[in-house]
Amino acid sequence: MTTFLRKRIVSSAIPLVVVVLGVFILARLTGNPVDLYLPLSATAEQRAAFSAEHGFDQPILVQLWDYLGQVVQLDFGESLRTGQPAAEMVLEAFPATLQLAAVTMLIAIVGAVLIGSLAAYRPNSLADRTSSFLSMTAASIPDFWFAIMGVLVFGVSLGILPTSGVTGGPEVWVLPIATLLIRPFGVLVQVVRGSMVAALSAPYVKVARGKGASEKRVVFGHALRNATMPVLTVAGDLTIGLVNGAVVVETIFGWPGIGKLMIDSILQRDFAVLQAAVLLTAVTIFLLNILIDVCYALLDARVRQAVPA
Amino acid sequence: MNPLPSTATAEPDARTAEPALAVEHLSVDVHTASGTVRAVHDVSFSVHKGRTLALLGESGCGKSMTALSIVGLLEPVAEVVGGSVKAGGTDVLTLSRRARRKLAGPVLSIVFQDALAALNPVQPVGRQLGEPFRIHHGLSRREAREKAIELMRIVGIPEPRARARSYPHQFSGGMRQRLLIAMAVALAPDVLLADEPTTALDVTVQAQIMRLLRDLRAERDMAVVLITHDLAVVAEHADDVVIMYAGNVVETGPVREVFAKPRHPYTKGLLDSVPERAEKGKPLPAVGGSPPELSAVPPGCVFQARCPLARERCADERPRLTATGPARAAACHFSEELTSV
Repeated sequence: MTTFLRKRIVSSAIPLVVVVLGVFILARLTGNPVDLYLPLSATAEQRAAFSAEHGFDQPILVQLWDYLGQVVQLDFGESLRTGQPAAEMVLEAFPATLQLAAVTMLIAIVGAVLIGSLAAYRPNSLADRTSSFLSMTAASIPDFWFAIMGVLVFGVSLGILPTSGVTGGPEVWVLPIATLLIRPFGVLVQVVRGSMVAALSAPYVKVARGKGASEKRVVFGHALRNATMPVLTVAGDLTIGLVNGAVVVETIFGWPGIGKLMIDSILQRDFAVLQAAVLLTAVTIFLLNILIDVCYALLDARVRQAVPA
Repeated sequence: MNPLPSTATAEPDARTAEPALAVEHLSVDVHTASGTVRAVHDVSFSVHKGRTLALLGESGCGKSMTALSIVGLLEPVAEVVGGSVKAGGTDVLTLSRRARRKLAGPVLSIVFQDALAALNPVQPVGRQLGEPFRIHHGLSRREAREKAIELMRIVGIPEPRARARSYPHQFSGGMRQRLLIAMAVALAPDVLLADEPTTALDVTVQAQIMRLLRDLRAERDMAVVLITHDLAVVAEHADDVVIMYAGNVVETGPVREVFAKPRHPYTKGLLDSVPERAEKGKPLPAVGGSPPELSAVPPGCVFQARCPLARERCADERPRLTATGPARAAACHFSEELTSV
């Protein structure tokens, strides 16, 4: 298992470095912060002083070198906007995003396993066709459209749900989670159904029935665990998508997570915060990938042993 | 007269006692996209405890379908449309699904051919072997595990305690087949069906597995139904044989007699094509042609197209299975002619 982990960590480190470099360079393509932070009337001396203070007067490679030197010391710089350490701001925003993603995925996985298994149990039954149709629809709805319609119907017309913010009771969760949930849920129902149909027709399921196992035991004891692998792969990808794609939902609903922070930092050319936010997201994705691989190995002994020492 | 120990394969009283399994006039239809076909037609046979009956035939003759109907594991596209399957005096086909599940393991049990696919790849084998005890005896996980280890020892898995934690892919083909057999005999069923249990194995391992089945049969006093296409396995390990062709029984009787004096041209053709029996230097005789499509079985005798004895009557009238001697029967209008051949 440790060999397995070591190999995964080494192979994931390279993309991480690429992400750090990419963001650093792309951020600087958005324009010079000087234009944004100083009044139009600022003199050339003032502009030069501002640039010199924040190092923007250096050649980009020098800036990059300095940045990397700071990052390895876990110094992520300060926000241009607030003067707060970037790391602090990012870490403050991150739990809100994580909560949203975790609750969404929990609901999506549990719901999809139940509905997908039910559909797979009797392929082509009415229940199967209904769930296939609905899940396909859910997987195809664009989240920004769903969010706006949600706000329009439940927030504006009916007035039963808040349109944005995090203050208030559990109702503030409803629209953001519903928006994030709809696609992963639809996709997962389809994946669970597909892999359960395959698992339920496997010979070992016939053997389990031959032992007198109840249908509950056959479905959940034998078939489901075998159907888990593809579901896990897709669920992992979707979770990564959520951490990443919370940008839209957080912006629409004013959810103070890392997605909103990223958008704000881009708009403000707040490079240090943007870089820290992207780096943290990349590290999270990297850790999630390792977690998924560990889950594979725990679920299936064949994966555990397939890794050469 | 000394009473024989119950493990002996006592032939005399086995005939008088109630058979462990009696299949009567079993018919199975398969519904396909292009229509319904009769995969098993009016099949009858019975087997007593302590004896082995072989269901012999080529692929697609309905032997596996027959076995699956007996244990209630037919795919949804297949349907039993007639007949009865009596095990322990009750017709299992009339029972509810729940009642049938209660019999699956303690009364009727089946071993499949491909042991790698038949074992759950993500569960340790000990857990799978203990499952019958958990389902039918309500044992705890720990108790079932002990039973599983004991079973592994019985079927000859070395170091069973350590190996119980291993997964199916960590065993050899022969060992996996042993595990599958262990699982099937866990609750000492009255009837054990073995569907081509040695097909996927090499010859030496095959012999070991057949020996294991024979020992278990004696030790647990089971009736064994051996489904196979292997004439040598039948000759060596079965007491009685039912030969199937295109869903029909064409000949049945004690193996020794049937193989010595076949009374159906199909049986004779099969036996003639065994290399050991053939004359050296001459081409190996074979049964020419291939079995009819199940959707196009002729109205008369199912074997007529390949039969050297076929004549007009065979095209019009399907021969019934008729007695050709004590405990023997064949479905051929001209079975008399074979005695002189």
